[in-house]
Amino acid sequence: MRRLTKTAAVAGVVALVLAGAACSKKSDDSASTESGGENCVEKTSDMKVGMAFDVGGEGDQSFNDSAAKGMKKAACEFGFDFQTAEAQDGEAESAREGRLQELVDAGYNPVVAVGFAYSASVGKVAKENPEVSFAIVDDAVEGENITNLLFAEEQGSFLVGAAAALKSETGTIGFVGGVETELIQKFEAGYVAGAKAVKPDIKIQSRYLTQPPDFSGFGDPAKGKTAAEGMLDGGADIVYHAAGGSGGGVFEAVSAKDGAWAIGVDSDQALTADDSVKDVILTSMVKNIDVAVHEFLKSVHDGAAKTGAQVYDLASNGVGYSTTGDHLKDVADQLEDYKKQIVDGTIEVPTKP
Amino acid sequence: MSPRTTRVVLAVGAPVLALLMAFVITSLVLLAAGDSVADVWAQILSVPSHRAIVNIINAATVYYLSAIAVAIGFRMNLFNIGVDGQYRVASFAAAVVAGEGWLPGYLNTLLAVVAAVLVGAMWAGIAGLLRVTRGVSEVISTIMLNAIATALVAYLLRKVAVDDGGNNTATKVVPEESRVPGIQLFGDVTVKVYGFVFLAALVGFVYWFVLSKTRFGFDLRATGRSETAAVASGISVKKMIVVSMLLSGGAAGLVGLPLLFGNDYSYGSTFQSGLGFAGIAIALLGRNHPIGIALGALLFAFLDEQSNSLQIVVGVSPDIVKITQGVIVLTVVIAYEVVRRYRVRLEQRQVAAALDEPATIEEAKA
Repeated sequence: MRRLTKTAAVAGVVALVLAGAACSKKSDDSASTESGGENCVEKTSDMKVGMAFDVGGEGDQSFNDSAAKGMKKAACEFGFDFQTAEAQDGEAESAREGRLQELVDAGYNPVVAVGFAYSASVGKVAKENPEVSFAIVDDAVEGENITNLLFAEEQGSFLVGAAAALKSETGTIGFVGGVETELIQKFEAGYVAGAKAVKPDIKIQSRYLTQPPDFSGFGDPAKGKTAAEGMLDGGADIVYHAAGGSGGGVFEAVSAKDGAWAIGVDSDQALTADDSVKDVILTSMVKNIDVAVHEFLKSVHDGAAKTGAQVYDLASNGVGYSTTGDHLKDVADQLEDYKKQIVDGTIEVPTKP
Repeated sequence: MSPRTTRVVLAVGAPVLALLMAFVITSLVLLAAGDSVADVWAQILSVPSHRAIVNIINAATVYYLSAIAVAIGFRMNLFNIGVDGQYRVASFAAAVVAGEGWLPGYLNTLLAVVAAVLVGAMWAGIAGLLRVTRGVSEVISTIMLNAIATALVAYLLRKVAVDDGGNNTATKVVPEESRVPGIQLFGDVTVKVYGFVFLAALVGFVYWFVLSKTRFGFDLRATGRSETAAVASGISVKKMIVVSMLLSGGAAGLVGLPLLFGNDYSYGSTFQSGLGFAGIAIALLGRNHPIGIALGALLFAFLDEQSNSLQIVVGVSPDIVKITQGVIVLTVVIAYEVVRRYRVRLEQRQVAAALDEPATIEEAKA
């Protein structure tokens, strides 16, 4: 009997783990079928776009949503159909390949893969399907029918780092990264470089919420809150987060402390974050994935797909900082100066911390 | 019904009952979510494409190894929840060894396999030692070791990672001559069955042979059934605990190898995770029997494979597959218990009937 109790307990735990994986994300499926605003054209194009999301899928208010936004805008303008499919946490490489191939088999062309997790699978599936156009966000994959949508996150992060150093009164600032991957380290590297450019002796606290393969750091506000609270207690008065959905917790922690600021990421979070924390967001490092996806789809629609690396940096306004709330008015000149120096190559921003 | 057919019917009845129950519960979930129940089942139960069949066999291979690792512990009444951490540490070690390529060709592969088994066994051995020396429950220690494994591998991975110019952090790629060639099952698709499918079959056979045909296997099962009885018959329980933890961990070390040598060729942040937990579910589903586990692994792999087309063709969230799998695990445990109780009652009735019979004969004589 004792054995049964133990077995039942273990079975329960396993079921929870499996079901937990199913429930841990926001399900915002209603958005996937809507086709945008009222100024949409009729479905005229016979183009069918497939989009494979990274873990978290649509509804993450961050990375995946931004890609979806770009696609929906294009779908609206050019009148094409689209279909999405999302990744499971910790899935096998063959599952990613299968997803892309299945989109191809169902007649979707072009296929957009969101996130560097797809880099190997896009390379493979694109080679097997030379007649289909592929795009991958956030990684460089070679192939005649592959477009790489790359972003200079370090450049945008440099500017918000400079802004943080200029605005900080305590001389200590913080960085919260979601998962310690090379991609997020680019954010940290730029942020640190920017802050040090303004004030070489500035103190910067860095924390990553989780280590791969645990990607929960991108979707756990409680972890973000704890990390930010620790930094605020340690004297930091500005905290920049590159932690996707965990950022909400960072904002919460910052809003509880007088005189502290938070810096958002990916989209202008002073517009998208919860109302109660919007006023503590100093600025956001904007990464225009939607613009990149939209441009790619437009080029395919026009019959001239741009393949190879398409780099979205400061010069092309692919990354930047937001000014909602006008909190940066007093330092705007200095930031624009840094921006100019990065664009003309005087300042080279490191990509590794 | 003869006793033999009764036994077979009952053995098959439990999983069938469990699957039916899971089918009903999942349908209710679908109804509650407002999805089309018929479409979803039609898609899930459709005949898989050639490509999907290969993927199912491959996924099942990996699941099978994981479930065998768990089952070794189960037979000894040890709950090795740490297969997940063990296989990740071991796969990482194997990837580093294979990537370095110290030996030529398949010797390199062999060395990596040995490294994986040793590292997996060591990692599980920690829990075994803690159990016999400090009395720490292996359930707790292996869960903790999973978390430590995650942190350790992430740390070491950054130390040895090579810069491939992309955003994926990974170990050196396994040299081409050390990769295990796949089997081309169908001419019209490029995906191949992992060559290591034979390794899984071999492990399954060894598992069956050692447990059912050797003195050691008998000792292990005896200890699992009753420690006191084992002690009384001269078995060192402590030794058995450590040895079976080492064996379970060693088997866990093999879990990631089909992926490493058959598809990924390096260990990185996108390496498949969570296989250990799937293994627990499959071992329960297959009742620790090598054939049962194979069927369970195929079922899980089949459900997984259908989740992509579920999104693309039917437009239903793939989470429904996870829910189905979770429900199956629960219903299986319940169904086995229901059937076990029924069987006990049936046996009691038979014994009672057998005891009654001679009495009636004697009465008749008198």
